[in-house]
Amino acid sequence: MDCYTANWNPLGDSAFYRKYELYSMDWDLKEELRDCLVAAAPYGGPIALLRNPWRKEKATSIRPVLEIYSASGLPLASLLWKSGPVVSLGWSAEEELLCVQEDGVVLVYGLHGDFRRHFSMGNEVLQNRVLDARIFHTEFGSGLAILTGAHRFTLSANVGDLKLRRMPEVPGLQSAPSCWTTLCQDRVAHILLAVGPDLYLLDHAACSAVTLPGLALGVSSFLQMAVSFTYRHLALFTDTGYIWMGTSSLKEKLCEFNCNIRAPPKQMVWCSRPRSKERAVVVAWERRLMVVGDAPESIQYKQLTIQVLLDRLVLRRLYPLAIQICEYLRLPEVQGVSRILAHWACYKVQQKDVSDEDVARAINQKLGDTPGVSYSDIAARAYGCGRTELAIKLLEYEPRSGEQVPLLLKMKRSKLALSKAIESGDTDLVFTVLLHLKNELNRGDFFMTLRNQPMALSLYRQFCKHQELETLKDLYNQDDNHQELGSFHIRASYAAEERIEGRVAALQTAADAFYKAKNEFAAKATEDQMRLLRLQRRLEDELGGHFVDLSLHDTVTTLILGGHSKRAEQLARDFRIPDKRLWWLKLTALADLEDWEELEKFSKSKKSPIGYLPFVEICMKQHNKYEAKKYASRVGPEQKVKALLLVGDVAQAADVAIEHRNEAELSLVLSHCTGATDGATADKIQRARAQAQKK
Amino acid sequence: MAFPHRPDAPELPDFSMLKRLARDQLIYLLEQQHEVDKLYKVESKPALSSNEQLCFLVRPRIKNMRYIASLVNADKMAGRTRKYKVIFCPQKFHACEMVLEEEGVYGDVSCDEWAFSLLPLDVDLLSMELPEFFRDYFLEGDQRWINTVAQALHLLSTLYGPFPNCYGIGRCTKMSYELWRRLEEEEDGETKGRRPEIGHIFLLDRDVDFVTALCSQVVYEGLVDDTFRIKCGSVDFGPEVTSSDRSLKVLLNAEDKVFNEIRNEHFSNVFGFLSQKARNLQAQYDRRRGMDIKQMKNFVSQELKGLKQEHRLLSVHIGACESIMKKKTKQDFQELIKTEHALLEGFNIRESTSYIEEHIDRQVSPIESLRLMCLLSITENGLIPKDYRSLKTQYLQSYGPEHLLTFSNLRRAGLLTEQAPGDTLTAVESKVSKLVTDKAAGKITDAFSSLAKRSNFRAISKKLNLIPRVDGEYDLKVPRDMAYVFSGAYVPLSCRIIEQVLERRSWQGLDEVVRLLNCSELAFTDTTKEDKASSECLRLILVVFLGGCTFSEISALRFLGREKGYRFIFLTTAITNSARLMEAMSEVKA
Repeated sequence: MDCYTANWNPLGDSAFYRKYELYSMDWDLKEELRDCLVAAAPYGGPIALLRNPWRKEKATSIRPVLEIYSASGLPLASLLWKSGPVVSLGWSAEEELLCVQEDGVVLVYGLHGDFRRHFSMGNEVLQNRVLDARIFHTEFGSGLAILTGAHRFTLSANVGDLKLRRMPEVPGLQSAPSCWTTLCQDRVAHILLAVGPDLYLLDHAACSAVTLPGLALGVSSFLQMAVSFTYRHLALFTDTGYIWMGTSSLKEKLCEFNCNIRAPPKQMVWCSRPRSKERAVVVAWERRLMVVGDAPESIQYKQLTIQVLLDRLVLRRLYPLAIQICEYLRLPEVQGVSRILAHWACYKVQQKDVSDEDVARAINQKLGDTPGVSYSDIAARAYGCGRTELAIKLLEYEPRSGEQVPLLLKMKRSKLALSKAIESGDTDLVFTVLLHLKNELNRGDFFMTLRNQPMALSLYRQFCKHQELETLKDLYNQDDNHQELGSFHIRASYAAEERIEGRVAALQTAADAFYKAKNEFAAKATEDQMRLLRLQRRLEDELGGHFVDLSLHDTVTTLILGGHSKRAEQLARDFRIPDKRLWWLKLTALADLEDWEELEKFSKSKKSPIGYLPFVEICMKQHNKYEAKKYASRVGPEQKVKALLLVGDVAQAADVAIEHRNEAELSLVLSHCTGATDGATADKIQRARAQAQKK
Repeated sequence: MAFPHRPDAPELPDFSMLKRLARDQLIYLLEQQHEVDKLYKVESKPALSSNEQLCFLVRPRIKNMRYIASLVNADKMAGRTRKYKVIFCPQKFHACEMVLEEEGVYGDVSCDEWAFSLLPLDVDLLSMELPEFFRDYFLEGDQRWINTVAQALHLLSTLYGPFPNCYGIGRCTKMSYELWRRLEEEEDGETKGRRPEIGHIFLLDRDVDFVTALCSQVVYEGLVDDTFRIKCGSVDFGPEVTSSDRSLKVLLNAEDKVFNEIRNEHFSNVFGFLSQKARNLQAQYDRRRGMDIKQMKNFVSQELKGLKQEHRLLSVHIGACESIMKKKTKQDFQELIKTEHALLEGFNIRESTSYIEEHIDRQVSPIESLRLMCLLSITENGLIPKDYRSLKTQYLQSYGPEHLLTFSNLRRAGLLTEQAPGDTLTAVESKVSKLVTDKAAGKITDAFSSLAKRSNFRAISKKLNLIPRVDGEYDLKVPRDMAYVFSGAYVPLSCRIIEQVLERRSWQGLDEVVRLLNCSELAFTDTTKEDKASSECLRLILVVFLGGCTFSEISALRFLGREKGYRFIFLTTAITNSARLMEAMSEVKA
């Protein structure tokens, strides 16, 4: 049994540790590590090495080599360093290698040694050179803090979104601080630095002196400080061999330890095992390693999610392994396999030595119609690499036509974009493309394009109707759409023109268009309208009052009501108003005037084309039973009963109905027999009915 | 009265969720983001607010943009600076932003979207409240709302599960359906594995059946809509109804117990029902006599409130009935209905034409005249050339020459057309219909729409038996089929199609009807496995009307549901009726 505990060594009173080799490094180092700048990415990421020739007194002419290894020492990249002296190396959270040069220029490389970009940390840094630099990681990304030769700090909280911040001066600082680190408090990056026995906290506004709670006496200098990965904890090593461990807010001490070693340690870091509640600080000297533990803490972190793991595999181009992991973990396709395939495709399009056809085919074969894969994203990447033809080929695999449009527009394939937008059914997208086309093409070509796309055309027409009337007209003209042109000018005759001459002119244009459209009816109607409009104008001039824009019917009515019967007659003749209409019109107008005498005269002018029932009705509407009765006698036999009932002569209505032997009329009369006086009439009808049945 | 549903009728899904969703979004947009304290109606006049911030909640229309731009520019001229926020509902259109830019105010205005497209007007009725849909699509050929429809359907399927059975007819329907399907595919997984709540969805375009929408409504709810205009589920009853000097805004839905019992009734039954109800109410009031104190206390605390409520509702509806009767039981209305029935049945065409002519000559009503002309045209496959000319001439003389444009619109929409000589038309038609595959379709619709579309109403009516043969009098108190909504004279075509397809669970055997409807390529069935669908859900049917539906159609389908043990739910772009259809086509002087 004791074999399990055989290689465990006691650590203090209650804890044990053991040492064993997880794996050996595969690398074959040419240089000693001590002569190199070394940077290892977090979470077992890659390791970068750069032999540091600039540290030696005499500069050598040999250019140093930048080497990148995997965490297990597999070489990933090696390149000759041709730029200036490097002060510090570090990895960003996206596994980009940041190489900070002495002049404040930062060069960024991918983990395969591919150069990505560079940026400068500003003029102040350039002038005073970089003394020291730290790359740090926060939830906002990877930051960079620089200590310059003038002992000032410059900081960027996120190198991906570079905003330089020059920190305030530390009063009376003559030499470099003995040690310093970045802290992250309240989502803001700070710098903690030690100068002799004093500690200062720098934020972007002020420099404040701080003290550590429960710090032992007699400290005259801080030799090392270390902040934990999560920025929650801080450890400081003093010249008395004393270690203070506490929260990075500097408000609480967790524990302290005196190791009695006064030599400055080479390195001090926080460490912890996954899922362990125990935290510890490891302090390293040339030949000694010390682990100092603290009280248990209940918060756990699981920062490296499966997504990040997959991202890292993808970054290392280990696509098959990533896919196997996805399948093993049964990740949903969209989050897993599809995403990895999409990354693979984006890598694939960068292979310039393969032909467009082959790349497109290879990608389509592998991806098929895997859900969650956006061919348009891959195409965009291809276009970004300058492979327009490949991009177009890839877009053809994109099933959502709408997704193809933005890239097609970017590639100036606007006509293709238009048909894809139409296919997508998204009118807004169509309109966006139309505006592109309108700016890109000359007017004629633009119209031609529209002509072949009716959906786009009607959309554009709608827009023009409200916003660009002239364009609308041009559109109709181009299509020889005379019918719509006619309508267009009619509309214009109402909307645009105030003067009668202008309106008539617009109507004339409309009439001409209607003739061209072979719409004789509309042409004639428009000509009639021109005539009417001119005449109405004249009437207004001569008679006063309002005539313009009345209908023909209302114009005549207005004339009669105004006592201009002669003019009314003339107008009716000129415009060939049918008799029936004229009779209705006159009847209504005269009744409105209550000109009963004139009405009677009119009724006798000739035989009424609308019969005499309307006369009865209109008189009753005006509550003139006396006049109504005059006409009731003239109503033809078919409507006689109705007329008699209207004037309230139920008895006579009954007689007529009986005489007609019409069952419908009989029941109609019967339904009007309500009053007590109608009793006899009702009986009479019932008797007539009975008789009719007998026969 | 108010026939109860069969005991096995399925429960309706809960639409209050939609209301809450919309309300919360709007409150968030208005309060949290823009701190709105007062609302103004967007009208074509200057806003009188002195606030530092103006917020516009508008439909994405160019007209509205110009109005906003003019306001902003007026402020600028006056040297006044304020903040402007435009909230587009249900979505922002690029064209709108473009107009703001052209008017030089894009930088001054910030834009937002309120993706609200489904308003539950009642327990079984959802409206998109897009009355402009009809004109935009069926007249202007503008497809902008198709996306909105697809989004709305997508929302429904995320909330209420997938639809195992889909049927549709019409071009707009087909495009919307395809877009919706694509949305579902893109957001795969959201509805997957969910149990369907609604077993069937049936989509149809308004132009499949113009006839029904053009008829005078005689079912109470439809009649109230025709007479007083129901807006967003509520109606303003004027002094003639309230018999006071004030108007009264009344919500019309299933919550109103009195209304709920009469809404689907033929008008001839309504008054009798209401007076019976009034007598019952009186009897309940009368029970007070002879009560002891304890009983009285009970009565006052428990029943009186309900009785008073019922009393109030009763008097409102009795008032409405009286007002309707004054207008609609006159001889004029009887003759109008008689003419409509004659047109539907296809007899006495000459007489009906003369009636319409007289209607125009007497200037009875521009909208009504137009409606009758359209009804004549559709039922007769277009007007004969002589009538086409003379009726139009008469109309222009009566109601003004600007209606030349109205006629051009009606012709384009296929509502008022001229009969073309038979043979040549058929030749062109068959050629066109061969061309009418989905994608090519758009290219020729513009030029041929009025030509390609023959309404074929008479033939369809015969095939589907839309005119019931009646022996003796049709008892409107005990309806025997959906024709009761038109006094027993006509089964609404739209509802008959739905009935037939549901019966067959497909379009099988309806090929001839579909062909006559000019929808050969545009009718589809899409059925998925039903293993997850409960038998209850399979009796729940969502009917989607693109371009509007009438209350008569809703009543008819409610009746059908009661007969067959289904429940129908309605989704429409807007509630419509004949007047709204005609107004949408009318050109009025600017």
